[in-house]
Amino acid sequence: MSQAPFARRLLTVTGLDELGAYRVLRVADPDGPEPEPGQFAMLSALEGWGGGEHERPLLARAFSIARRSGGESHFLLEDVGPGTQRLCELRAGDGLWALGPLGRGFAAPEGGRRAILVGGGVGIAPLAILQDQLEGPTSVLLGFRERSRAQGAALLDGARVASDDGSVGHHGLVTDLLLAELQRDPEAVVYACGPAGMLEGVRAICERGGIPAQLALEAGMACGFGACFGCVVPKRGGGYLRVCVDGPVIDAAELERVDAHAGAPIGDPPA
Amino acid sequence: MSVEFCGLQLAHPVINGSGTFDAIAARRAFGDQLLRDFPFSAYVSKTITLEPRQGNPPPRLWEAAAGLINSIGLPNKGLEGYLAEDLPQIVEITGAGAAEVPLITNVMGSTAEEISRLLEACDAHEQIAAIELNVSCPNVKTGLDIGSDPRQLEEVVRAVRPRTRKPLIVKLTPNTADVALCALAAQEAGADAVSLINTLRATALAPRDPTLPAGRWLGGGTGGLSGPAIRVVALAQVAAVAARVEVPVVGMGGVQSAADACDLMDVGATLVAVGTESFRDPVAAARIAEGLRAMGAA
Repeated sequence: MSQAPFARRLLTVTGLDELGAYRVLRVADPDGPEPEPGQFAMLSALEGWGGGEHERPLLARAFSIARRSGGESHFLLEDVGPGTQRLCELRAGDGLWALGPLGRGFAAPEGGRRAILVGGGVGIAPLAILQDQLEGPTSVLLGFRERSRAQGAALLDGARVASDDGSVGHHGLVTDLLLAELQRDPEAVVYACGPAGMLEGVRAICERGGIPAQLALEAGMACGFGACFGCVVPKRGGGYLRVCVDGPVIDAAELERVDAHAGAPIGDPPA
Repeated sequence: MSVEFCGLQLAHPVINGSGTFDAIAARRAFGDQLLRDFPFSAYVSKTITLEPRQGNPPPRLWEAAAGLINSIGLPNKGLEGYLAEDLPQIVEITGAGAAEVPLITNVMGSTAEEISRLLEACDAHEQIAAIELNVSCPNVKTGLDIGSDPRQLEEVVRAVRPRTRKPLIVKLTPNTADVALCALAAQEAGADAVSLINTLRATALAPRDPTLPAGRWLGGGTGGLSGPAIRVVALAQVAAVAARVEVPVVGMGGVQSAADACDLMDVGATLVAVGTESFRDPVAAARIAEGLRAMGAA
């Protein structure tokens, strides 16, 4: 696991690119440690964040590192609350605090198994950096609610897409595509990131088929480095895992099910 | 800048609030840079109970206006697990720097007997410099939080006080009618110091989202509010307590800057603890200590 410098670093935004319903936040980070695919960073804007007249956001927000390219780190944003809203307002030249890379990333496939990447919504982000680093053929299956979000599929190469409303690709769930793919070739390892319902679907399919799976979980977290104990998910056999330090990538075998609260908001969205 | 507290010589007046910094997890995240740049002048452990606790079911967090509600439920390995597994790892971290960082172990029990066993066990470990007693725990007999009633608090602290020779800090609860009376009761019963404020009881309802179940949001039902929202409450309570007691006071609640820390010291705090701000910036305490030095306040 790549360790983070013990301090948040003040970085400079280089751009914010539209990608359908999402934004790709690009940040100059030439000296940052190389993250492992699946690791994340805690981000907060230098201005208008935490304290003073700004009641919210207060806490930094956790984002998977979506890509490293030319000395930049990329993050995928969807404007869903006060934190992501503030980040979506950033412009080139603005300051951004980043703490990271944090957490445990994806492990490389073992035993010559082919990698299947399964993503849902904004959760496709860590699969992009994973695809950049994987060797050999991979299948990429991505699910979105509708057409503008499905444009996010351009973040990865050669993705097959499912949409809830049928506007793009397969009309249905991305797990339908996964089932078909595993029937064709069960000698696979599955890497997945997305909403809790999708991850639970992936987990159940892989458990039934005896397919190894690594799930990148999302959770509201206050710190990102194991201090607050807020981002827990129940583990198989009792007790909890901290998504920030035991994950965010967790072996599916460690979970009895993916908790429905994983990825739930950490506060009310703006009225 | 160096400050004396209960016989301990500390490099600066900024420590952590219990349960807001896990040194073992931080070492995994940040490596040995944590050891070189340890931000606190004393390290307070999370709350240790006799038996292991898993903590509350999620969700455990809620960001409120200028604050954070947590409903963590004091997960810990229990006394035995703490002493055998955590203590050696913590001491490796706090003892690594140029100046050793004293370890304050925070404990909680629901009866005087339970607390006595915790204090005796801590007393036997020389790596533990002082003990902080979390009294925000319901008394199994009365159902009231031990620390919420001055008479009950005095009775419990008096009963457990002889079980350790180490400095005993009582971490007061703000969820009481008159925190200064509770502080006086702790002092009368033999506490060497008091610390405050703990989080303010708070709750949150589920987000108005049709895909999520309605009702109470936090898995524990209620939680505690921290962060800048409570800073002015902390200032009032620390001032009220420091005006009444002789023992040193550890002030905390929403401290984000050296100016905030200075305010608490101006009303009588000897030490200041940082909690939620460390979540936002893990070296916040070092920044605040540096700021105090620059202000000539410490």
